[in-house]
Amino acid sequence: MLQLKEVKKSFKQPDGSELPILDIEEFNVGAGEQVVVVGPSGCGKTTLLHIIAGIGRPTSGKVKIDGWDITLMDEAECDQFRAQHIGYVFQTFNLLPGFTALENVLLGMTFARGGSLLRAAMDFLVRPALAFSKHNPEWDRARHLLERVGLGHRMNHKPPMLSVGEQQRVALARALANRPRLLLADEPTANVDTGNQQAIVDLLQETCREEKVALVLVTHAPEVARQFPRIVPLEEINRVLALR
Amino acid sequence: MSLWKIAWRSIQQRSLASTLTAVSMALGVALVVAVLVIHGVIDKSFRRSAQGYDLIIGPKGSRLDLVLNTVYHMGRPVGTIPYRYYTELADQRFAADVETAVPICMGDSFSGFRVIGTNPDMFDKLEYLDGQKYTFQPGGRNFDWNAPFEAVVGATAARKTGMRVGDTFRPVHGETGEGEEHQPFTIVGILEPTGTPIDRAFFVNIKGFYTLHTVEAAEEKPGSGAASPGSASQNEAAAAAGSPHQADDDRKISAVLVVTQKNDYQRAMAFPRRVVEELDVQAVAPAEEIDRLFRGLVGDIQVVLLILAVLIVVVAGIGIMVSIYNSMNDRRREIAIMRALGARRSTVMAVILVESILLALGGGAIGVLLGHGLTGALAPIIAERTGVVVSPLHFQTNELILIPGLIVLASAVGYLPAVIAYRTDVAQSLIASP
Repeated sequence: MLQLKEVKKSFKQPDGSELPILDIEEFNVGAGEQVVVVGPSGCGKTTLLHIIAGIGRPTSGKVKIDGWDITLMDEAECDQFRAQHIGYVFQTFNLLPGFTALENVLLGMTFARGGSLLRAAMDFLVRPALAFSKHNPEWDRARHLLERVGLGHRMNHKPPMLSVGEQQRVALARALANRPRLLLADEPTANVDTGNQQAIVDLLQETCREEKVALVLVTHAPEVARQFPRIVPLEEINRVLALR
Repeated sequence: MSLWKIAWRSIQQRSLASTLTAVSMALGVALVVAVLVIHGVIDKSFRRSAQGYDLIIGPKGSRLDLVLNTVYHMGRPVGTIPYRYYTELADQRFAADVETAVPICMGDSFSGFRVIGTNPDMFDKLEYLDGQKYTFQPGGRNFDWNAPFEAVVGATAARKTGMRVGDTFRPVHGETGEGEEHQPFTIVGILEPTGTPIDRAFFVNIKGFYTLHTVEAAEEKPGSGAASPGSASQNEAAAAAGSPHQADDDRKISAVLVVTQKNDYQRAMAFPRRVVEELDVQAVAPAEEIDRLFRGLVGDIQVVLLILAVLIVVVAGIGIMVSIYNSMNDRRREIAIMRALGARRSTVMAVILVESILLALGGGAIGVLLGHGLTGALAPIIAERTGVVVSPLHFQTNELILIPGLIVLASAVGYLPAVIAYRTDVAQSLIASP
């Protein structure tokens, strides 16, 4: 379901020269498959996830998800595709501090619907009650996911009031909100303690299985990587690292 | 969840800055509303007060002064005209052109309110608005043609002075209240409120009004006794001076209020010119004069005040821009997260614009309430000084322009920070800040 072919990424340096980061001949992930990409810090793991998610564009190459080549999409199409088909769990959780846990989960669903000033005006003029309504399928899905990650009792708490482990579980619920086909997790256990580390890994594996989501997790922690059936060292697929 | 809620959460997150920004917008809008309401109500009140009769026939001089003095009881009388002009208009030469003529005598006051000498036709035949006849509060009536010392009081004047039917009062010569006290008049009726300057005056029988001066002149003679209402000397004086049909005498009046005959349009149009040519007077249409006043000086003042108030609103709008703009650095990561979750560039731009619109409309709504509150607070002062009743609930239709106006302003001032949000580089912002 995920295919990377001849993907290259380089950044321009202050002196004008190109700094190559990624050069991947081929990288494939099957539907529902759980893959761990391992490598030391700074080797391009996050850049790889950004390219798969369409957050960053490759310098060249193709990235296909479920047959859709996201490198051919324009930015707005790519944003929409990401919102609807890809979940993303960040290393630093990246929850919005002003929103409750429930609202953080709802955010992704809001963006998947698309949003413009015209839509905001329509929300306000045509269905003002719905604009602030708490009873619709989106809210039900968000509540269900938070209950699934064990935060049914913390839905209305804002991130600063949640523990680190709880914040990462909210981030996982948010990533799954739009029933994605692919979940990308960037060092999801890097900022949590050992006890929570295992809980997060278990939760990721279980929920991805339940929701039939393919998982690409990047980590530098061997104890995390060991728990997944397929481990891909980045230096094996990234020719830039092989040359160093 | 809607974009409105996302924007609202952003506002809540920066509650202090948002509140201050909204308050500055509220103050600007309050000023605009106060200017609109007060001007609108004064305009309406002035115009409605100038209804009920077609012409004021008065001494030559300033047309505006004649209207302000006769209709609004402001300033000093322009001068006087002979009483016989009233009879000419009412019963003689111009009777065919005139439906109703009512004499007005000014120059006295009581407790700060004008005392106006007139005849019962003032309340029997004239209307204070088109189709609105004067009515009296329960237990009251109009004064009688043959009772020279009867009086009628406007609703506000009665309330402020505590006067009731049956009470007596002594007018004072002059408008300042420092002149010599006259003979007492008995109040026989209190008018229902009309929302016009009539509410703020005492009306006495013109016969009694003239008698005062006759009696006082008699009292000045050595050996004459003091007169009281209904006393022999006063009644005699009234009998001598009272008849409006008395032949050519030296009695004076301030003006005549005239309702013209409308059955012959050309004749009605020619009537003011005829009066001016045949009598030594000026004929002024009060509605036209007030219209000219409002289009001219008052209109210009309103435009200047409105421009100032709108400038304050614009400055408040720029405050919104500065507030959101300053927050953009802190919000770069938030915006990057939204983008990473699938928000398009146009979506984050819309969130910023909606936030700006919410601040402007929220502040504007508070400003409208504040403006009307301010109007309500100023109402007693305006009523005291001008007799114009201003209600805080007087909503002007042109206040509605504030809604699209504020949305346009908010969109304009929100555009710059929205563009910054639009241009936020997601990958860089996510990597840059941990």
